[in-house]
Order: sequence, then structure tokens, then C-alpha cells
Amino acid sequence: MFIELENIHKHFGRVHANAGISLTVPEGRIMGLLGENGAGKTTLAKILSGYQTHDAGTIYLDGKQASFRSPAEAIRAGIGMLHQDPLDVPALSVLENFELGGLQSGLRKSRASAARLQELCKRFGFSLDADAAVSSLTIGERQQLEIVRLLDQGVQVLILDEPTTGISSPQKVLLFRTLHRLASEGISIIFVSHKLDEVEQLCSSVTVLRRGQVAGSLESPFSPADLVLLMFGKALDITERPDVPLGDSLVELRDGTIRTYRLTMDHLTLELRAGEVVGLAGLEGSGQQLLMRACAGIQPLAGGTLAIAGQDMTRKNYREFARLGVRFVPAARLEEGLISGMSIREHYALIDPNQGNVIAWGNAQTQAAEKISEYNIVGSPDSLVQALSGGNQQRLLLAMLPEKLALLILEHPTRGLDIGSSRWIWEHLLERRLQGTAILFTSTDLDELVKYSDRVIVFSGGMMSAPTPASQVTSESLGYMIGGNLR
Amino acid sequence: MRARTRLTNLPLGAAPVVLTLVSSSLILLAAGANPFEAFANIIGGAFESWRKFADVLVALVPLMLCAAGMLITFAAALWNIGIEGQIIMGALFTTAAVRWFPLPSALILPITILAGMLGGALWGLLVGLMRTHGHVNEIFGGLGLNYIAIALTNYFIFGPWKSVDGATMSGTDPFPAAATMPLIAGTRASWPPLIIALLAIAGVYLVLNYTRWGLHLKAIGLNAQAAGRMGIRTTANILLAFAACGALAGLAGSFQTTAVYYRLIPSISSGYGYLSQLVVLLSLLRAEWVPLIVLFFSIISVGSPRLELRMQLDSSLGGILQGSIVLFFLLTRGLQQRLSQRRERKHG
Repeated sequence: MFIELENIHKHFGRVHANAGISLTVPEGRIMGLLGENGAGKTTLAKILSGYQTHDAGTIYLDGKQASFRSPAEAIRAGIGMLHQDPLDVPALSVLENFELGGLQSGLRKSRASAARLQELCKRFGFSLDADAAVSSLTIGERQQLEIVRLLDQGVQVLILDEPTTGISSPQKVLLFRTLHRLASEGISIIFVSHKLDEVEQLCSSVTVLRRGQVAGSLESPFSPADLVLLMFGKALDITERPDVPLGDSLVELRDGTIRTYRLTMDHLTLELRAGEVVGLAGLEGSGQQLLMRACAGIQPLAGGTLAIAGQDMTRKNYREFARLGVRFVPAARLEEGLISGMSIREHYALIDPNQGNVIAWGNAQTQAAEKISEYNIVGSPDSLVQALSGGNQQRLLLAMLPEKLALLILEHPTRGLDIGSSRWIWEHLLERRLQGTAILFTSTDLDELVKYSDRVIVFSGGMMSAPTPASQVTSESLGYMIGGNLR
Repeated sequence: MRARTRLTNLPLGAAPVVLTLVSSSLILLAAGANPFEAFANIIGGAFESWRKFADVLVALVPLMLCAAGMLITFAAALWNIGIEGQIIMGALFTTAAVRWFPLPSALILPITILAGMLGGALWGLLVGLMRTHGHVNEIFGGLGLNYIAIALTNYFIFGPWKSVDGATMSGTDPFPAAATMPLIAGTRASWPPLIIALLAIAGVYLVLNYTRWGLHLKAIGLNAQAAGRMGIRTTANILLAFAACGALAGLAGSFQTTAVYYRLIPSISSGYGYLSQLVVLLSLLRAEWVPLIVLFFSIISVGSPRLELRMQLDSSLGGILQGSIVLFFLLTRGLQQRLSQRRERKHG
């Protein structure tokens, strides 16, 4: 199917998210839709797939004018979308989800559906258990389920919004292979991303959005410099990672054991020096999260000892870790980090170190306003945190940290952020090393691990590799280790 | 855009009142009564004399105290259904203080107040402890404790504290005069409870809006996990919220014995705890609206018995009015939110 968009406009209040976008999507090819956070990519994708209506402009499918009032209408017209967060029904089984939306007669024909599910999975090399509960699947598996579900409903155009966020690298390889295959079978793919390397690897053409408008389109092969120029309107200089002299030993974990119902890890040893950055690599759930939570005082140790700055912290809680200058910045920003329903000002009132009984609202207001400008947060002290974009929520979380910290533990500090924001955040984090703050972080972006860490540790199935100097690893060697070859 | 929002909000704002009047009119018509006459009787009943209006103040005290308490627990997103039991324990502790401790007259009333608050606070704390340490949802814990409190009162009324004339449903023997609150001349209303109730709601308003504790409760209510990560003591604050609500409810129970019935009777809480939840829901958890709503509810409670006298209607119509206005209010609010969400989706 051949899609043409003409002069699409979409407003959200005062924000002009799509300001006259015109583009064409060729049949049977993979088109990249690239842009930094807030460039209007997701809005455009949602308009095209019926999740949102546009204010002005026209959509043509194979030359005929079309408009969708709901995702169901778009799917019937042959356009399906994979969301950043899978929109499946976690309580149902894989097969039940697969059947959703395809029930034309109102009666379930489970056996026939199961056969189609199996056939589609076989074709693409997915291994989905039809009876498993969706809630037990990884994000990558839920994505595979969505793909086969949409294909089963006969979509000719597949839109994927940031599909590589939160999936493992083998799953990513499989996804890319699947997309290539689908394109060769005549399905048009729109690949929405802010990651240059993925677009380079996968797409045969790319359209770059900037501030709601088309900044330009390129055909493969692309030069990264051209893409960056289109995305940001200027060339970004490569940030250097200045070395800082490492201080004394700060974290000493000896023969630690962590036991949860999913995973038992033992003989854990970790030593971290002041000013050191250690990156943790591994598939989601391989143990790196548990280790970080143990170092933050959130996950209790079942055995072994943990000392921070020379003090025994083995059986202490998060508040006592916090008193020593340990902070944990979670990946689930709105679940564990920020309080939905409260404004930025209220957050500053909550963390005000002057613990009087009466709130100094004036202070909170000043603090909030200062940090908003210092951290370039798009919002005001009155903004409710859930209304901020992901990048701004991350900036706020960092802005709320105390000036002086001993140990900063971050889960996926730049997940979902564009290159500009990621760089800004890392500049800020690396600066903290100058006062001796040690940093422990996880990332699924192997380049990020190699680039910003002093040492990297790889996790696989609860096992932990020896820390390796970042200068001795590459993203390829890391990928190999993540696959289970820890030595 | 703004003008349109205001236009659509206006009819919706009046909708609950209109819907309540219409639906209860239908009920009245079905019962063969003139709705206008009935509504006039309710209002007239509450304002027919100064003495009668003072009865409104009597009803207002427990409702205001309980609503003040419920605001605290609701702020932390806790459903303190156990408030009824906390009222009852306040009354029970007060009666115990009066009967068990021979106190000098001047000290009796202050001691009854403290005893009532202690009883309610302990019963509230129990609900809290079951939640924080026993993983029992506060709704179920509270309900269970309500029944235990009722059973305990009955045990004392029909057992150790039975009246010299033998045990009756009318309760224990009356309190000595020194253990009764002073009255406003010519009425059945006492002034100290009224003043304390007004101070309580003002205090809760200040606590929730201007103190660190109020902000901490709000943070816990919205996201306890994130609040904990910011260094807020969630468990201690939840327990404190239950104890504070319990203390205010216990105070209400105490005043029911020392200022209204002058004794302990079986159903001492009279459902004020449940009614106060409706008040707080109607206020949208805003303390500043509570006094007005409490006054309105009290007028209905005091005025509706006249339906029985003048129109041979059951006075429970008052309860129907109170219940349906809250339901219609929540319903229109829910619909309003849905509408505005849909509009947002459409127009962005």
C-alpha cells in the first residue's frame, strides 16, 4: 500500500505538534521517521493509525482519500501500529490477545486461531506459548505478539513506535530480520525512532521531523552527520569524557547473596571507588537491577556484608543509605520516582531539607523555578509531573538530587531520551565525579555503557562477570558476553 | 474554548441538586405526597424556632468532627470505614472514665474529652496496624472492628454497666451532672463541643494545606513508593493518620455521651461516621467546603422528622436526600471528566 500525507496539522492546546507535514511512504520498504523527543513523530504515527484525529490535512491510501476515527477503522483499511508500551491485555493469555479484534462473527474459533498463531510464529521464528499469560512475557515477546496479531488482521502498513526500547539485543536482531522480511513481502514499514544507528541499519529511506515539520528526507545510505544536522538543525560536537582521578574505596560488597522468588545470586563482590563510573550490562532481569537495589538499601542482602564509606550498611534501610549520600534514580519515573498528581513546586516542598512543621511555600517556589531554568525543564513550578515529557521527568529527577552525593545509582538514565538530552544528562552526571560521587548505572545501550563507564560488569542469569575496564570492551564483545559467555 | 467550557460547566454544576430534587420528588409523588410541601417542611422544621435550630448545631458537632478526621485519612488515600467503631470507642472510654474514676468535678469534663480521644485513637491505630503490619485492607479491618465495638458497648450496657432499673436498650444510668457539658441557655445544644468542632475543622484545614505532615500525607496517598524514596516515613504517617482520625471520631463519640444523651446507649454513633464520608466525598476532600456541607446535612437531619408529624411520611426521606445528592454529585463529576477527556482527544 502506498501512503501519502498532505499538510497534516495537529494542535495540543498551544503546542503545534504537527505543523503541516507532507510525506509519502513507499510500498514494501522500510521508512524511518526520525526526530528528537517532542518532534511530532508519535503524534503523526497515531494520526496515521487512527489513535488520534488530525486538525487539518489529508491522508491518501493508494491515491484515495481516507480518514480514520478509531484504530479499528485504520486496521480495517490496512494500517496497524505497535506502541512504545504494548497496548495488549496483560491478564489474558497469548492466544486470547491474538484473537482480540479479529472476532468477526462474535464466536471464538480457538483452534483455528491457535493454528494461525503457530504458523505466523514459525514463519518469523518467534517462540510464543499460546497459553502463557501476557503478563509473563517480556516487552520483546509482547511486541512479537502484536506483530503477528496485526498481520493476522491483514494490515499492509506496520507502524512501529520506538520498538527497540526495552527489548534485548537478540530480540532486536530478530525484530530487524522480521521487518526486512515483511518489507520484501510487500508490507510497508514505518519505523519511528530517535536512534540514528538503528535507522542507518534498517531503513531504506528516512524522513526527519523537527518541531512538527519535515526537516528533510534522505535515501540510504545515510551519513550520520547529515542525519544529526537534520534532527537538530546543527552539528553536535562529540563530548569528551574527561578523566578524573579516582578517590578512596567507597562501596565494598563482600560475598553478598540476594534471594528473590525469581533469582538467587551469590558470591557477589563489588568494589567502587569515589568518582568511578561502573556500567552494568545484561538482559532485563539478569540480576543487575537487584545488585543496584542492594547497593541503594532497597533490596536486603540475604548474606554477606556491604560497607559504604567505611560504614557497615548490611542491614540498613534506604533512609539510612540516603543519609550517607546514596540516591537511587529508578527507570519507572512515575511509579517509583515522582508523585503523579503533584506539581514541581510540591516536589521541592517535599524534599526541602529544612524540616520545619510549616511548609515554606515561598522557598519551594524559588527552588523549583531555579532548578527549572538550571536543568532546562520545559514546565513551570505549577506543572504536574505527569504532564511533563519523559525527558523532562528525567531532568526533574536529577534536579531533585542533593548537590553533594557519595553514590548515585541510576536505572536506564537516558531511556527514551533523544541524543541531545542524553548528552546533556551525561555531561551533568560526569560533572558530579569531580566531587567524588561514584556512579552505578544500567543501560541497554551498549555504546552508552562503553562510552561513559570506567569499568563494565556484565550480568547473565544471575551471574556477574569480573569488572572489565571500559577501554578493553566494545559493544560487540559486550553483546557476546550478555549472551551468556561471561568469561 | 474557555467560554465554552464555562457554559458546559454551569448546567453540570447545578445538575446534582436538580437531579436530587427531581428523583426525590418522584419518590414523594409515588408516596402520594406533595414534594414542595415536603421540602418546605424539612427546611421549616429546622428553622421553626431558635431551640429547633440549636438542634441543628447538636447534629453538626459529631458530623463536623468525623468529617475533619476523614479528611486526614482521605488525604493519604485511606478509607477509614472504621470511623463508626472509633466513635463508639470514644463514647465507651468516656463512660468508663466517668464511672470508674472518682474525679473532682472540675476535672471530669477535660478528662472525658481526653478519654474519648484516646479510645478513638487506639481503635483507629488498630485499623492502621492491621493494614501496615498485617496486610489487612483498612476497609475490611475497619468493618470488623466496627462490629466488635458495637458488641463491646452492648456487653457493658447489658452487663457491668446495666442500669439500676435493669438492663434496657435505653442504655446506662445517666451521668452525674458534673460529667455533662454546659448548655446554651434555652436549648439542647452545648457550646464547648461546638467550639471544639469548629476549631477541629479549622485545624485540619491548616494541617492539610500548610504543614509538612499534610503534604507528606498527600504524597503517600498519591504514590507511597515514591514518597518513601523521598525519605518520607510512610508506615509511621499512615498510623498517625488513623490515630488522628480516630481521636477526632472518639471526640465525637465522647460528646454524644456528655452533651447529647448524657449516658452510653447502644447505637451511640447514630451513623454519623458513615454520613461524614458522604460529606467529605461531596467536599472533594477540601476542608473549606466541609462546614457548609455539614450545616446543610444537619438541617436535613433535624428538619425531616417534621415530615412524620405533619405529613405522615417517614423521616428517612432526609437520608434519601443526603445519599442521592452525593451520588448525583459524583455521577455528574464523573461524566464531566469523561466529556472533557473526550473533548481533549477531539480538539487537543
